[in-house]
Amino acid sequence: MITKRIIACLDCHDGRVVKGVQFVDLIDAGDPATQAARHAREGADEIVLLDITATHEGRQTLLDTVRRTAHELFVPFCVGGGIRSADDAAQVFEAGADKVSVNSAALANPMLIDNIGRSFGAQAVVVAVDARRDPNAADPVRDAQVFVQGGRKLAGRRVVEWAREAEQRGAGEILLTSMNADGMRTGFDCELTGAVSEAVGIPVIASGGAGTVEHFVDVFGRGKADAALAASIFHFGVSSARALKQELAKAGVSVRLPC
Amino acid sequence: MERCVVIDYGSGNLRSAAKAFERMARELNLAIEIAVSGDAGTVRAAGRIVLPGVGHFAATERLDATGLTGAIRAAIGRGVPFLGICVGMQWLYAGSSEAPEQPGLGHFAESCARFSESTEKIPHVGWNSLEIRHDSRLLAGVEPGEHVYFTHSFKAPVTADTAAITHYIEPFAAAVERDNVMGVQFHPEKSSATGLKILANFLKWEGTR
Repeated sequence: MITKRIIACLDCHDGRVVKGVQFVDLIDAGDPATQAARHAREGADEIVLLDITATHEGRQTLLDTVRRTAHELFVPFCVGGGIRSADDAAQVFEAGADKVSVNSAALANPMLIDNIGRSFGAQAVVVAVDARRDPNAADPVRDAQVFVQGGRKLAGRRVVEWAREAEQRGAGEILLTSMNADGMRTGFDCELTGAVSEAVGIPVIASGGAGTVEHFVDVFGRGKADAALAASIFHFGVSSARALKQELAKAGVSVRLPC
Repeated sequence: MERCVVIDYGSGNLRSAAKAFERMARELNLAIEIAVSGDAGTVRAAGRIVLPGVGHFAATERLDATGLTGAIRAAIGRGVPFLGICVGMQWLYAGSSEAPEQPGLGHFAESCARFSESTEKIPHVGWNSLEIRHDSRLLAGVEPGEHVYFTHSFKAPVTADTAAITHYIEPFAAAVERDNVMGVQFHPEKSSATGLKILANFLKWEGTR
């Protein structure tokens, strides 16, 4: 039976893991290669490294970080941040990533999804969508809006429609982040995740808001997520993926155990 | 020193497979050198061959175009242990509906096909369990229910040569094995301790030479 994946996410800035609340107020949370190896050892099913540096000089630092992180990592490894072309993606794959995640650049140039998919296969393309509910809309979920540039700018696209287009263009997975919930530890946005998961035929990774085991049970059930991303609950030794999965198994969620 | 050649035919991330083999060769203290190559002569002379592959079945056309198909056939013929991974496993069959015009090696007579349309997500992405069918050299020491990582939309049918079955939408061949030719649909290089154990089994296997 296919299991629900618990994905450890490392937000990186200038070669260091950082954590902020709603993308601001960053604090240092360690070395990416060390953190990735620890998460894999502690039962994470996959590692995502999101680079938020976005400067030109930062590219070399990122490739170096990816190389060091991939070196002794034997679980799937996805890298995102600043990938603007199929060539950028090729460099990240060459450095050892199994998948790339694209966000702002795909909204600016949707053909990027087609191009990376054609060269490296759909399984290698994750389209990350930063979503915020529109409280003034008639239907805040169906009308949830996509944001770009680390959540600073409205993209002018509705979340569900954009996810569907990404699938048609050859995305292999959708990584959906609720910006309302991100870093708040008050739970995933299950309504929005469920709406996206039902709209597409590819796996959806839920992100933003994890704080308790119940939140994960909820997003795998009501939210119909195939995987869930967690950053803050794993940092600073609060919990481990293994401990989380043992609790999920007790709650009837199918997970990879032993791990 | 024996040379295990990981075939480079321009399809996907070879480094991750190569580094996993390097790690196991080192850990087991085996006198095996891991080499990444797309040269037919190197493959013909290899002591052990791995055909990785992520992406599209059509990419295997490069194997025919560069003479690698003939080199692989010759090596298999003299008993060299061969492991195909993902599309590299599918290529061992007669072909795949992903690229009907492109023949596979035909070592296994059946063909690969896309998962049947269903309410389940396609591609099949994630960790799924193995149901081991018979004494498999490749899967020795793998306990029933251990999980491995899959990412694919096409799959091989269950036949007498199937070494392990996985269930997703329908039962399919997660591993195939006959004589010195083996294949896995999942990615052992991405399947944590279980995957590394499988790669170690492949490196340790003496073959039929």
